[in-house]
Amino acid sequence: MGKVVLVTGVARHLGSRFVRAIRREPGVDLVVGVDIQPSAHDLSGSAGGGGGSGLASYLFVGADIRRPTVARVIAEHRVDTVVHLNVSTTTLGSTSRSTVKETNVIGTMQLLAAVQKAPTVQRLVVKSTTSVYGSAPRDPAVFHERMQPKVLPSGGFAKDAVEVEGYVRGFARRRPDVAVSVLRFANIIGPHADTPLNEYFSLPVLPTVLGYDPRLQFVHEDDAVEVLRLAAVDPRRGTTNSGTFNVAGDGVLVLSQAARRLGRPTVPLLLPAVSWIAGLARQTRMLDFAPEQLRLLTHGRVVDTTHLRETFGYTPVFSTEAALADLGRSTRAGLLPPEQIARWTSRLTELLPAGGGGN
Amino acid sequence: MTSAREQAADEAKVIPISGRRAGGRARGGAQRAARAAGAGGDAVTVPLPSPVAGDAPQAAEADAGTDRDPDRGTDRGTGTGATRAGTGAGQGVAEALAGAVGSALAGPLGGLAERALGKGWERRAADGLGFLRRRLTGDYPVDEFGFDPELTEKVLLTALRPVAEKYFRLEVRGAEHLPTEGGALVVANHSGVLPWDAVMTQVAIHDHTPTQRHLRMLAADLVFVLPGFNELARKAGHTLACSEDAQRLLELGEIVGVWPEGFKGIGKPFAERYKLQRFGRGGFVSSALKAGVPIIPCSIMGAEETYPMIGNARTVARLLGLPYVPVTPTFPWLGPLGVLPLPTKWTIQFGEPIPTDGYPPEAADDPMLVFNLTDQVRETVQHTLYRLLVQRRSVFF
Repeated sequence: MGKVVLVTGVARHLGSRFVRAIRREPGVDLVVGVDIQPSAHDLSGSAGGGGGSGLASYLFVGADIRRPTVARVIAEHRVDTVVHLNVSTTTLGSTSRSTVKETNVIGTMQLLAAVQKAPTVQRLVVKSTTSVYGSAPRDPAVFHERMQPKVLPSGGFAKDAVEVEGYVRGFARRRPDVAVSVLRFANIIGPHADTPLNEYFSLPVLPTVLGYDPRLQFVHEDDAVEVLRLAAVDPRRGTTNSGTFNVAGDGVLVLSQAARRLGRPTVPLLLPAVSWIAGLARQTRMLDFAPEQLRLLTHGRVVDTTHLRETFGYTPVFSTEAALADLGRSTRAGLLPPEQIARWTSRLTELLPAGGGGN
Repeated sequence: MTSAREQAADEAKVIPISGRRAGGRARGGAQRAARAAGAGGDAVTVPLPSPVAGDAPQAAEADAGTDRDPDRGTDRGTGTGATRAGTGAGQGVAEALAGAVGSALAGPLGGLAERALGKGWERRAADGLGFLRRRLTGDYPVDEFGFDPELTEKVLLTALRPVAEKYFRLEVRGAEHLPTEGGALVVANHSGVLPWDAVMTQVAIHDHTPTQRHLRMLAADLVFVLPGFNELARKAGHTLACSEDAQRLLELGEIVGVWPEGFKGIGKPFAERYKLQRFGRGGFVSSALKAGVPIIPCSIMGAEETYPMIGNARTVARLLGLPYVPVTPTFPWLGPLGVLPLPTKWTIQFGEPIPTDGYPPEAADDPMLVFNLTDQVRETVQHTLYRLLVQRRSVFF
């Protein structure tokens, strides 16, 4: 009898990719996907060339995790691993903040209640975010897992994530036999990721906050999927995959630098003007840009990933820089492609009288 | 390897063809490029009609057979037909302009430029262009604190060096006490309303260590709340004064600077000049003990008299949320002119390092030891200041 993995939030891009990855995993018999709508992506996992031999079967259950149906699903399929990915800044089809909050917080509560009653469950993986550390000028520059921010996030998705983590900690106390891992992802970017920062970087001109140049850290979607996969299976020798881990690519980029690498001109605006534009974009549903994203783009946030590398035993393949470069390759080129600028300046350098010669 | 001149000739074969929108401008650019090529070698005109402006130069380049740019494959077809100016033919114009300027300098203007800018200007111009390219393409490293070494060295320190050397005529003593590598904690007195003393210490440490070390300061939270200051402070490598950041920087082997008097020191009235205030709670000593790095006492003389603070507009300060609003003989009476510091003569003396690696690891949690070390550092700084003051001829000379 192999493993049975239940995945929430499979309709999203990350959920779909995770299902594909976990189906290829040896020892997994059945993957149950739960979401309000089926994934639009191909979940067969054949893209990797693995063939049909080792592929676990997949079952989609259309259910809202805010309702107790999920308990029945867990009992029926004797699920032993629960991967909770349905904690996000936006929900599908709705931009209403209260719906998002309900899905995140009430959904997690319902899921945890169901898992607590299920004796078969041995492992719980929860996707969280580094925004639980908030973004404030009075915070330390680099957060590691045990640090508490000076000011807890006051609202929005970040607060949801803080609450979700609180419920997960409560669950871990009540069911000490379940291995719980909470993965705090930095901003996930990649060619296909559907995250707010990905959308921001595909704008032709990037509005920034005047007088601030935030430090950013990215994690590539491939790394995110791989970390989730490692967390969902038994730990490799010498590593532990239960606990709380920051997940981010190595290195740091500041926003202006990231914008230049993508060839996107920036427009520094006063903070009230930027919040007004963000509000307008939200209301017209052009771009879902939450206040905590704006705080991130004002003050930035950097986390320490030593714990991930040394305890969890995974070093992200993509550094922050490489993740951004990969995003840059997949999006439309910006108005100021860096290659073009590099050519202008190197042309000028070559034309200097003794520039290229000896002397 | 082709020489620069041959490459220039090759480049000149690239004739930018614009889209319909800005045909006139591009043709002008093409003519200029052709003229530029005339200076370097023979010009080959490759007329290529193309609806997309950005595509044409690359295509033409491929025709001309140059294979200098390995990145061409990636940027081909990226032309969105716009540049910073937002014009369709901007790219072509800019390239043609680059060619024109370069060839003009190579030809008749070269001698003129040499007379105006001095010998070796080509090298400096090439360096400057390289710097410009790295800045504009984002090709520079920053560390996890947001420290941008290139910007700090090439721009910030270059701008501040004349202030240190010419305006304050900064004299640095005891720089041999600064380690050439590895962590150290520089603890200094704070004075002078605006933190010029901190900035000058950064210049002093960079210029007086053989390895050109950067001082990573622990700054007040006010710096990181204010827009502009936040950005500059992060890029210059400074961070918030908190034990986590101090610890991290020291363990990374950086020279960390701390001004433990804080606002009490920098905002004290002129009458109390060179009287050290309380040294915080000794948090800096715990950090040094935990990291096992030496503490280097640093005495700064001259900063006290830059803005003689004879009063404090407390009500205004409370309204603005600032720790103090100084009243000096020149501020606010002379308006912006009052912000100019008085040109006092400065001395920065680095003292004998106080080692902390001899203590056991739990020493950082021993409050008595921490207090004693804090007092020792404070006394050292205070006595060095008294000695410097006795030796001083005048405030300004």
